Amino acid sequence: MSSLLIRNGRIIDPSQSLDEITDLLIDQGKIIAIGPDATTATDVTQEIDATGLIVAPGLIDIHVQLREPGFEEDETIETGTAAAIAGGFTSIACLPNTLPVTDTQAQVQFIQQKARQADNCHVFAIACVSKNREGQELAEMGILTQAGAVAFSDAPKPLQKTDLFRRALEYSRMFDVPILDHPEMPELSQSGIMHSGAISMVLGLSGIHPDSEELATGRDLRLAETTGARLHLMDISTEGSVELIRRAKGRGVNVTSEVCIANLLLTDEVMRTFDSNYKVNPPLRSQAHIDACIAGLQDGTIDVITSGHAPRASEKKMTELDRAPFGMSQLEITLGLAITNLVTPGHLDFPTLIAKLATNPARALKLDKGTLAIGADADITLIDPEAAWEVDPTTFKSLSTNTPFSGMPLTGRASTVIVGGIVKHQR
Amino acid sequence: MKVAATDSAVNISPVPDTWQRRHLLGLEALSKEDILTLLHTAVELKAATGGCKDKLSVLSGKTVANMFFENSTRTRNSFSLAARRLGADTVEFSASSSSLSKGETLIDTAKTIEAMNVDAMVVRHSTPGSPHLLSQNVGCSILNAGDGPHEHPTQGMLDIMTIYEQRGSLEGLTVAMVGDITYSRTARSNIWGLKKLGAHVIVCGPSTLVSKAWEEFGVEVSYSLDDIIPRCDVLNLLRIQFERQYTRPFPSVREYAFLYGMNKKRMEQAKNDILIMAPGPINRGVEITPDVADGPHSVILHQVTNGIAVRMAALYLTTTANQREA
Repeated sequence: MSSLLIRNGRIIDPSQSLDEITDLLIDQGKIIAIGPDATTATDVTQEIDATGLIVAPGLIDIHVQLREPGFEEDETIETGTAAAIAGGFTSIACLPNTLPVTDTQAQVQFIQQKARQADNCHVFAIACVSKNREGQELAEMGILTQAGAVAFSDAPKPLQKTDLFRRALEYSRMFDVPILDHPEMPELSQSGIMHSGAISMVLGLSGIHPDSEELATGRDLRLAETTGARLHLMDISTEGSVELIRRAKGRGVNVTSEVCIANLLLTDEVMRTFDSNYKVNPPLRSQAHIDACIAGLQDGTIDVITSGHAPRASEKKMTELDRAPFGMSQLEITLGLAITNLVTPGHLDFPTLIAKLATNPARALKLDKGTLAIGADADITLIDPEAAWEVDPTTFKSLSTNTPFSGMPLTGRASTVIVGGIVKHQR
Repeated sequence: MKVAATDSAVNISPVPDTWQRRHLLGLEALSKEDILTLLHTAVELKAATGGCKDKLSVLSGKTVANMFFENSTRTRNSFSLAARRLGADTVEFSASSSSLSKGETLIDTAKTIEAMNVDAMVVRHSTPGSPHLLSQNVGCSILNAGDGPHEHPTQGMLDIMTIYEQRGSLEGLTVAMVGDITYSRTARSNIWGLKKLGAHVIVCGPSTLVSKAWEEFGVEVSYSLDDIIPRCDVLNLLRIQFERQYTRPFPSVREYAFLYGMNKKRMEQAKNDILIMAPGPINRGVEITPDVADGPHSVILHQVTNGIAVRMAALYLTTTANQREA
């Protein structure tokens, strides 16, 4: 492996509160110097001029559906990881909702092997909390942890049975792994297609009430508090949830939380188009909920922004709204959407955005990633904050183009993506 | 039935240039002018067909497909008759006999029917937005004959036409929709149409079936039929849509009839010239007692006849607009 010097970029690394224009040197796949030591290095084999660019720890997305095995018509590990790289992500964690589900050593190893073959980005497996993801009995968390599973979740399904959830939290403490829950009470959201409100009323579409999420969030936080286990709340979308998490964090509850990028951008008004590409779970809610989620990001209540990448083949989406599955293909546009809609309007600055997209996701899953510290793996994303581009699903590396953002002008995207010191993507 | 003496003798006004809608998906999106065009065309076609009885050749050579993915007899027959009264051919399609059961998608089914040179599709579906999805994927006119609880524009128009025939104008009238608003497409189409023509609209029913959010759209919300009856010029008594409800929104049919059933005693509190309407099928003894349904104030059967008139107008206007665009 050769050495690589990244020259004159704005190096932002929230893990060491670093934000300055300087140089960074990579050797043997590791970061070996930042600042004058890098600048004066001799024997540099490759150089990247990062003038005007942001040099960030490789972005990490901990909420990705890779769909393989079982749903290769939507995405494969190869195409999903290629999409991740194109979007600036050097690590992703994939949900266990495949077929078969990720509830055995063999499945974890399958994911790891396929990811190695694809040789795009790092892939971390999230295994099922329950056997066969049925919500009844605990999966073999110890064996799965040893096989490399970094977290446990039945997502996108919620952990419905409270006794199982409680036991899972208690059991997970032995292995110091987080449990990820998609907070939702199915009896309050069943058959729901969109946010419950004036728009769903007018359209006659069944609604998913915020109560469904908030009651589950309240329950989850209580269980985390009493068990002392690590809880990560996925898919936060309501004002009430944000407030519940804020108060729990104030009491010192061991919880992290995330919001999917779509829930920060769009309101339920868009459902007037009846376009199933807007059908996501949690649903797109009102501006008040969006504002609350942004405030949650600002004050640290919400730690992580995810893509919520849920690729679906067009034949599944091009159908009646109740038959169409939830989800958007998001990996390739999440960073651009975030810069355009969160940084440009002044909601978040770049260091905060990078914390939400790299530092905090790594911390939430205790991944040895998300930092530019000397000696760390050289996973680095160079971001051109000024790049003006337009969403064009025909160029997606993802197999699925289920996005409502086609044609949307965006500002900012990954220009160079480096994994383990190797340049995987450059535009 | 007789064929109108000579077609040339019957002059149907040309479709005004202001009407540019290839599809009729709902009344919410229509302007007041569009709604008046529909209304006046329906009135004209009703007269030209001797009260929806005689045949014209306005749509001769055209084919209308009835695509009902949800059960219906009255709306389906009404659309069929409307098409045939105007000289069009009709094709019947129902979900049970279709390829949908063989796994074909809605869009593929529609494209297949369209390839048989169909000029208009009348679509009923249990999912809101399905006619909209089809309108984006086929070239013929799409007429929404009810998409779940969303809209049923021709039902809204036939209710409006019935009031118009009786009163000559909707302006300033107080019209109450009573019953199951949440699951009623009839209610939604009526609300938009009535408001655009200047009526005051009240939605009245159990609080589990009448959202307070309607107030945001300038609609009065009431939970007491007795409170509003004296103010109403028209009562439109909706059927309880038991088939759409996930959990039963009220304790019993008996309690519903007690609170919201229109009966003789309640009629005593009403204006002398009140109009009693019901989109049907009616549940006698639930939302309406037989003496009221069959009484002098009831215009329920006028509604049925006007359904044909409105559907003739909708087919005529949309297919003409579609032809112009092509």
